[in-house]
Amino acid sequence: MSKHTISGVLLDPVFKNNPIGLQILGICSALAVTSNLKTSLVMCIALTLVAGFSSMFISLIRSQIPSAIRMIVQVVIIASLVIVVDQVLKAFAYALSKQLSVFVGLIITNCIVMGRAEGFAMQNPPVLSFFDGIGNGLGYSVMLLALGFVRELLGAGSLFGYTILPTVNNGGWYLPNGMLLLPPSAFFLIGLFIWALRSWKREQIEVPEYKMAPQVSNKEAY
Amino acid sequence: MEHYISLFVKAVFVENMALAFFLGMCTFLAISKKVETALMLGIAVVVVQVVTVPANNLLYTYVLRDGALAWAGLPEADLSFLGLLCYIGLIAALVQIMEMVMDKYIPALYGALGIFLPLITVNCAIMGGTLFMVERDYNFSESVVYGVGSGLSWALAIVLLAAIREKLKYSDVPEGLRGLGITFITVGLMSLGFMSFSGVQL
Repeated sequence: MSKHTISGVLLDPVFKNNPIGLQILGICSALAVTSNLKTSLVMCIALTLVAGFSSMFISLIRSQIPSAIRMIVQVVIIASLVIVVDQVLKAFAYALSKQLSVFVGLIITNCIVMGRAEGFAMQNPPVLSFFDGIGNGLGYSVMLLALGFVRELLGAGSLFGYTILPTVNNGGWYLPNGMLLLPPSAFFLIGLFIWALRSWKREQIEVPEYKMAPQVSNKEAY
Repeated sequence: MEHYISLFVKAVFVENMALAFFLGMCTFLAISKKVETALMLGIAVVVVQVVTVPANNLLYTYVLRDGALAWAGLPEADLSFLGLLCYIGLIAALVQIMEMVMDKYIPALYGALGIFLPLITVNCAIMGGTLFMVERDYNFSESVVYGVGSGLSWALAIVLLAAIREKLKYSDVPEGLRGLGITFITVGLMSLGFMSFSGVQL
């Protein structure tokens, strides 16, 4: 971890060190907004921008921040950026901002943004921090868009509101799986995504806390 | 009275913070390996939620809302765009104050909850409670009830999850699902169970 390059910090978080899949960060909003692709996309853009710029600003003033109050300073910077995003959304996409309801505001408490600010931007120069924020935002976006894609396609038979699989109600053939629009399906899907990701990148598999002792007697258990 | 009971039940079961709105997930998954720690964290969240939601309600009604500054002679002022910044500031400040008061007067409680309090500042469940309160336009007494209810709902969910995970660690889980993956599936099943409460009305 001694040398960071721009392409490294930008691309690492996408698969190798995915913030949702591996670091358990920023899951809160990942689940609630993914029932269709449009809200997921808006959320991704918003989070990526906030993560990038907050990392950059915090990194710019990192040597001026007294360490005792650094959390407050970080939160204030992040909150100001989120207010900008929130106001822009309200001005140009009011219906969408109503749909996202409180989740835009919750970017403030999204652990990815805070985590990158605290863990990376406090030690690294602005440009690098900016790309690190963007990279982590992208890692988050990949997960969110994948979720949104599966949930909207199989749950409502459409993508971005356009019908892909004509549903039975509209005279088509596809019987939509309504459960995918409900909250629990997001958990299942993330669990399965993690499974897939870890079967591919095997070094991410967690070490079990307990192992079953091997059977030593030659009798069957009964 | 009925209205408040209904609001309370709705906040705890139907609109469970963790299982229906996915708020506070990061802490929810990270600190749910042991029942005792989960219980402590749950209590801390309830305490903070009970204080911050009504406090933010007062802040909203008397300072931020459109025309709220009429008592100060500024009836046209609308500061609601500053909302997010003020809420998070107030939450951070209140948590800090509570930490200091606890340290001074109830050291035993501080010893138990102390390490969790800073974590709670950035817990989405706290911020989410406040934002829902603002969005739904609760008045002061409603916001107190909602604060208690939503805090309890989160505490209930994390204690249940911790209890399941304590048993789960002895089970033989497929390699890739181990740890985080299986936890997600468990939470999904719990959330499915909690969905059976939807539609309950008093």
